[in-house]
Amino acid sequence: MSANILEITGLTLDYTARGRTLRALDAVSLSVGAGEAVGLVGESGSGKSTLARAALGLTPAKTSHIAAGEIRIAGRDVTHFSEDEWAEMRGDPVAIVFQDPLSYLNPVMRVGAQIAESVARHTPSLAVAPRVKELLELVKLPAACAASYPHELSGGMRQRVLLAIAIGCRPRLLIADEPTTALDVTTQAEILALLAELRRQLDMAMLLISHDLGIVAQACERIYVMYAGRTIEWGSAAAVFETPAHPYTVGLLRAAHADRDSDGHFVTIGGDPPNLAITTPGCPFAPRCAHALPQCATSMPGPVTMGGGLQTVRCWRCRPDASHAAADAAGQAP
Amino acid sequence: MTASLLEIADVSKTFKRTRTEEVRAVRGVSLSVAAGETVALVGESGSGKSTLGRIALGLLRPDSGRVLLDGQSLYELGSRELRRARTCMQPVFQDAAAALNPRKTARDHLLQALGARDAAAVRRAVELLDSVGLQPGSEYLPRFPHELSGGQRQRLTVARALAPRPRLIIADEPLSGADVSIRGQILNLLLDIKRASGIAYLLITHDISVARAFSDRVAVMMRGEIVETGPVGEVLTSPRHDYTRRLLAAVPALPSQRAAAEVAARADR
Amino acid sequence: MRRFWARFATHRAGIAAGLYVLALVLTMLGVELLPGADPHAISAEVMRPPSPAHPLGTDELGRDVLLSILHGIKVSLSVGFAAALGATVIGVLVGSTAGFYGGVIDLFTMRISEIFQVVPSFILAAVIVALSGPGLVQVVAVISLLAWPQVARLMRGEVMRIKQLEFVDAVRCLGIREPVILAGEIVPNALAPALAAGSLIVAHAILLEAALSFFGLSSADIISWGRMLNSGQRFLYNAWWLSVFPGAAIFTTVLAFNLLGDALGSALNPRTVSGK
Repeated sequence: MSANILEITGLTLDYTARGRTLRALDAVSLSVGAGEAVGLVGESGSGKSTLARAALGLTPAKTSHIAAGEIRIAGRDVTHFSEDEWAEMRGDPVAIVFQDPLSYLNPVMRVGAQIAESVARHTPSLAVAPRVKELLELVKLPAACAASYPHELSGGMRQRVLLAIAIGCRPRLLIADEPTTALDVTTQAEILALLAELRRQLDMAMLLISHDLGIVAQACERIYVMYAGRTIEWGSAAAVFETPAHPYTVGLLRAAHADRDSDGHFVTIGGDPPNLAITTPGCPFAPRCAHALPQCATSMPGPVTMGGGLQTVRCWRCRPDASHAAADAAGQAP
Repeated sequence: MTASLLEIADVSKTFKRTRTEEVRAVRGVSLSVAAGETVALVGESGSGKSTLGRIALGLLRPDSGRVLLDGQSLYELGSRELRRARTCMQPVFQDAAAALNPRKTARDHLLQALGARDAAAVRRAVELLDSVGLQPGSEYLPRFPHELSGGQRQRLTVARALAPRPRLIIADEPLSGADVSIRGQILNLLLDIKRASGIAYLLITHDISVARAFSDRVAVMMRGEIVETGPVGEVLTSPRHDYTRRLLAAVPALPSQRAAAEVAARADR
Repeated sequence: MRRFWARFATHRAGIAAGLYVLALVLTMLGVELLPGADPHAISAEVMRPPSPAHPLGTDELGRDVLLSILHGIKVSLSVGFAAALGATVIGVLVGSTAGFYGGVIDLFTMRISEIFQVVPSFILAAVIVALSGPGLVQVVAVISLLAWPQVARLMRGEVMRIKQLEFVDAVRCLGIREPVILAGEIVPNALAPALAAGSLIVAHAILLEAALSFFGLSSADIISWGRMLNSGQRFLYNAWWLSVFPGAAIFTTVLAFNLLGDALGSALNPRTVSGK
């Protein structure tokens, strides 16, 4: 357990604005082991981006507030770190890349200088330029790119620059928040291949956050599925994708496969994405769930381990003493 | 031979980026959509597909070539005839929030699209709202766009598109930006409309799986040109052009279909 | 609408300014409609400092300063609002047309607006008033002519941004004519910054009118705060109340309209973060 580079336990985070409180994360637990690739899947309102930012202390200090739980990075408790303490941690051992590289790059600074900026913190000044060259090579960008401004590069190249900045300090964990959402599908494939390559070369763990099940399935060993600020299913990627237990995960997969029912209609999850302003004691998915039981509305189920320990789910239908559908699922030994 | 509903004939459009630099967004593109047909125009960013969509809608005059709607050449019509002719072709855009006037209620949008404000028009507006899943329609009439969720806004834009009883809907990335769970709902909505009224669709998308799921024919666009067209089954299983092959290969694969089918069977029990 | 008031309510200075303006308007109405003492009344109590009988003192002809200030509200507010209205109307029309149609129309109107922006306002005002006479109408006209460019620019910018939004194209596809699209779809959505600028123009107009009056370029039989400053400047050392009170009135009113303009601007902007 102490080998975990990122350990989040029971994290509850609220946003307050004008007297109203939004519970963005509710008792979320997540861990990433050294060198592991973990995926975090969810839609809007799931809290996945908030979780990514909280892991690096990037949630706005004035309006967000950690109500409970803790975050540990490489064993250190960073839950209530100050800005100065965070400055030490960011870049090394944890770095982050975001969705839209154009917003995260300084438009009036050449990209070489921006990479150099992040490298300079940990490297003696003479070694900075060669290190920038090295990084550009690692992300497969031509060295001439260093002299370009962000707007002169394509979307894929900009994302590679962000990656170069992120790995500049040799992080042990890279958090990638929707890194390919803004990119074309062919560029996306290249960036995912690059991420896999970087992980291999630098022995770097990765937390890949996305709403796209495909890329998470391809790139990750373990995954977490989030809904309305809670983790509702998690486990080995193979187990969760092949035998999803939670109705939401099932719905997501069927939608991703474009399954059709007997009517020719696409199988989909009805209803609207969750409204985080309304807190409910029960399962937040219950209003949209075709298999909801009475207790789903009144209390949130605890985690149930299935599949020989490879998969855990929070769903009343998956209790051992509920319908035999759960027994079937539990009986599916790997 | 049935005449096509929409015929794009050898259309080109070039934009001047600076005084010397120009971008050839669309180069000699020809495409047709027959009545009742669903054609998917697939391409990545920079392919020119959105520009082609706007040309097809009559919003952007091409430098050369013609756009024929029901046999009439759109850009050769006088402005009054154009205004009359174009209502049989309606758009659905990607960003539903930008596609709605923030100061107008659903009622205002629909009555404007219907071109009337009498009681019969209001009844028809309520019917339209019901037909797109915003039920009861009467409750949604007084709402402003910011009072609706993303999925509801997109449904409202579809309702507005249906109001003038078009024969063709040109949808530019109607599913991008929507959650996976909402995408299925919108696809089903478009499917129901197609079944109920035999509307033709020109679906512009970067997501080849949407094309696979929904269309009859597909045209693949790259850097301003159409590199491959054909029935969707053929093009997606045995693509002839290298770019199509690359596009298909780049789509990340989900665990096997068979496993998913088992899952589906279990979940429905 | 409700969101507008919610955002406005967070602007404490704006609320105070708004209340002040409201009080000013009510006072003006009260003074006009209710019979009261005549501010023009000359009396024997000449050059009296503030006292219970004359709370703000009297001037060199024995007229009560408080009454004069209250009656002066009318001139300031009417010049302010009329000039702002004129400038806003011209600015909205010109700016939206320039922004929507672009091309030659845009080029032409923007060059003309630059001419008006470049001319120093007070000099131009003084010249026009000197040539055409010191009426209030002339003052209003001059201020409108000088202030419309800033409204036009704001309007043009907003229109250029909004005309690219998809809902404009959607309406075009319904067969609606271009001018109707501009007036019915775009302008209502583009008005917000122009309105905020309008309230700032009120402040500027009041100040300009006061300056013109101060230099004696306005009509002598109208009571205006600037004119009071003009007559009071001679007595600055022996009768300070003749300059201080009208000056304070101008200062507070201009400040109030500036704050109001700021508050309106941020309240009308949906992206404002509250907390001022």
